Amino acid sequence: MIKNIKVLEDEVVEQIISEAIALLSDPGIRIQNQEGLQLLAEAGAEVDFETEVAKIPGEFVRRSLETTPKTFALYPISGEEPSVIYGGDEIHFDPGSAGIMLLDDLEGNQRYPVTADYIKWVKLVEGLPQLDAQSTSMVSSDVTEEIGDLYRLYLSLNYMNKPIVTGAFGKDTWWTMKDLLVAVRGSEQALREKPLAIFDVCPSPPLTWSDLTCQNLIDCARAGIPSEMVSMPLAGATAPVTIAASVVQHTAESLSGIVLSQLVNPGAPIVWGGSPAAFDMRMGTTPMGAAETWLIDAGYVQVGKTLEIPTHVYMGMSDAKIVDVQCGLESMGGAMAAAMIGANMISGAGMMDFENCLSFEKLILDAEIIALARRFRDGIELRDDPIGEHLIRDMGHHADYLSSRHTRKWYRKELSFPSELIDRGSWDAWKEGGNTTATQRAHRSIQSLLDRYQPNALSKEQRNDLREIASKAAVQFGMDSLPALED
Amino acid sequence: MSQETLSEITQSILLGEGEDTVRLTQELLAADVEPMTIIRDGLMPGMNLVGDKFATGEYFLPDLIIAADCMKDAMNLLEPELVKREQAFQSAGVVVLGTVKGDIHEIGKSLVGTLLSANGFKVHDLGVDVETKDFIEKVKQTGAELVGLSALLTTTMVKQREVIQSLQEAGIRDRVKVLVGGAPVTKSWAEDIGADGFAEDAMGAVKIARSLMNA
Repeated sequence: MIKNIKVLEDEVVEQIISEAIALLSDPGIRIQNQEGLQLLAEAGAEVDFETEVAKIPGEFVRRSLETTPKTFALYPISGEEPSVIYGGDEIHFDPGSAGIMLLDDLEGNQRYPVTADYIKWVKLVEGLPQLDAQSTSMVSSDVTEEIGDLYRLYLSLNYMNKPIVTGAFGKDTWWTMKDLLVAVRGSEQALREKPLAIFDVCPSPPLTWSDLTCQNLIDCARAGIPSEMVSMPLAGATAPVTIAASVVQHTAESLSGIVLSQLVNPGAPIVWGGSPAAFDMRMGTTPMGAAETWLIDAGYVQVGKTLEIPTHVYMGMSDAKIVDVQCGLESMGGAMAAAMIGANMISGAGMMDFENCLSFEKLILDAEIIALARRFRDGIELRDDPIGEHLIRDMGHHADYLSSRHTRKWYRKELSFPSELIDRGSWDAWKEGGNTTATQRAHRSIQSLLDRYQPNALSKEQRNDLREIASKAAVQFGMDSLPALED
Repeated sequence: MSQETLSEITQSILLGEGEDTVRLTQELLAADVEPMTIIRDGLMPGMNLVGDKFATGEYFLPDLIIAADCMKDAMNLLEPELVKREQAFQSAGVVVLGTVKGDIHEIGKSLVGTLLSANGFKVHDLGVDVETKDFIEKVKQTGAELVGLSALLTTTMVKQREVIQSLQEAGIRDRVKVLVGGAPVTKSWAEDIGADGFAEDAMGAVKIARSLMNA
């Protein structure tokens, strides 16, 4: 495996951390949540309940870093073994989350997704080995907005086997989402022991936790459910335009989240994550395909690794509206950069038009991008000793490696095999095959990928439980019933 | 002499030197130059030049925003003088702007506000997490012709519909044009809820605002 690249000198990382800690005392963190403020006040922090600002002393940070787990795992629906290890140098990929639109065709038209689209997405993700986890990717427009968050999870649980990255849109709906997870695992304790889901919680730049996100963070910590902080400085808009200073802001917000979670429950699993961007000064948009965006990611991941906390990024997305060259180049650049910095969870596959739109074709092509990036990160292994001297000497001055035993022995381990979506054939073959583009090939492959789908091992009772829990919530918010699920 | 000073005012807007804009405006007022002249021959040429440079990609949002701030600072001095003379600076329209209740996203909205001001609109920006009734109040209070509603979440965009309904209930729906925007907002959503216009970005918002005012 290649070494993680570092974008900052070690002393700079130290300085960033100490500046962040200083900011926690002055101006402090705004926490728009009663329980959060209460917790900090009781622990001895200076809290102003009027302005909702808490001044967190450096000592709290030091103590909370001691109890923050350096690693934890997510487990699939079935199976004793963990499938996602947060912490250390393992990288994982999952699709982007909370997209509002779905790419409807190859011309760039978008539409609001519905239940059937969501289920199709889950099945595709199950069938793509390059993706380590699911995410609650889309917001289904055929259910009432108030249950948008829990409905996604409800659908995913019915069809997935891989663990899932999710998030709540409300304080109360978090509890329903937890009930859904407990229904799958069988008990709160079982869920604690084998986490199935991680919740994204997003501080608001600058230096603020909203009522909802702080509450989610606290409730997750208390229940032993892993949470993934997603701090999102927008350099030049909601954070300083200078990249390093944006990293300072990210660090301050994230440290405050660490303090809160560890106060609630020392040892609560939590992730140092984010979704920053360098604001586009012409368009007023948040480019995911900007090198500066990737640099902010790289900077804060390096800080997280220095603190030995599991890390996460939102990288591998594109600002393009169609799955074209811009889409490919931005996604590849971001995914490669993410793989090189070594973030434990890299979110974004399938996502485009900034973080607005999801695409089946892009998801499938991103799987190829991920495979490429991963292979590069896997690096060069030394297979023989001496490395090549005897081998090359024995072969002499003619080339016949293709038929050699050595090649036959090693080629499956040494080389990776992209799918036919990546055209490596001759020009004639391409012409005869219909002179297709990669996007067209991805589009055509959707059905065969869906045909591969294997249902998960949830029992009928479990599915009934899930439906009951989700339906109750739906009724509360004025829906008669939930859409029926196909088999 | 005042001709030179007027050019210096134009320059100060171009360079975003707000302190100079204010100082020079005060100088001209003290020299009995008409406020309308200062606006027409000093400030507006500056804003127009900034607008041109933005269009050609020489200037970007921070430059635009700073220029608009300089203009605002100068207008704060000039407005009372206009009132004294019973004159009014003909604005392109009066706009009430805000992000709906439950939503704290503000950059897009603020950009719209800045660009609208830069294009001669009088903007009343209510900020974020704005109660529906506060939109109605402000419209009544200012006689605004345009209301701009921003929402960035699927869970809050429903409030845009609520504001339109409240305008109807207050009997003033036909007095204003409602413009909606924000990432989840689409043309079909805007039509569904009975908005008069929808824009995908700040530049589009200015275009729509202008055409709604001329309709």
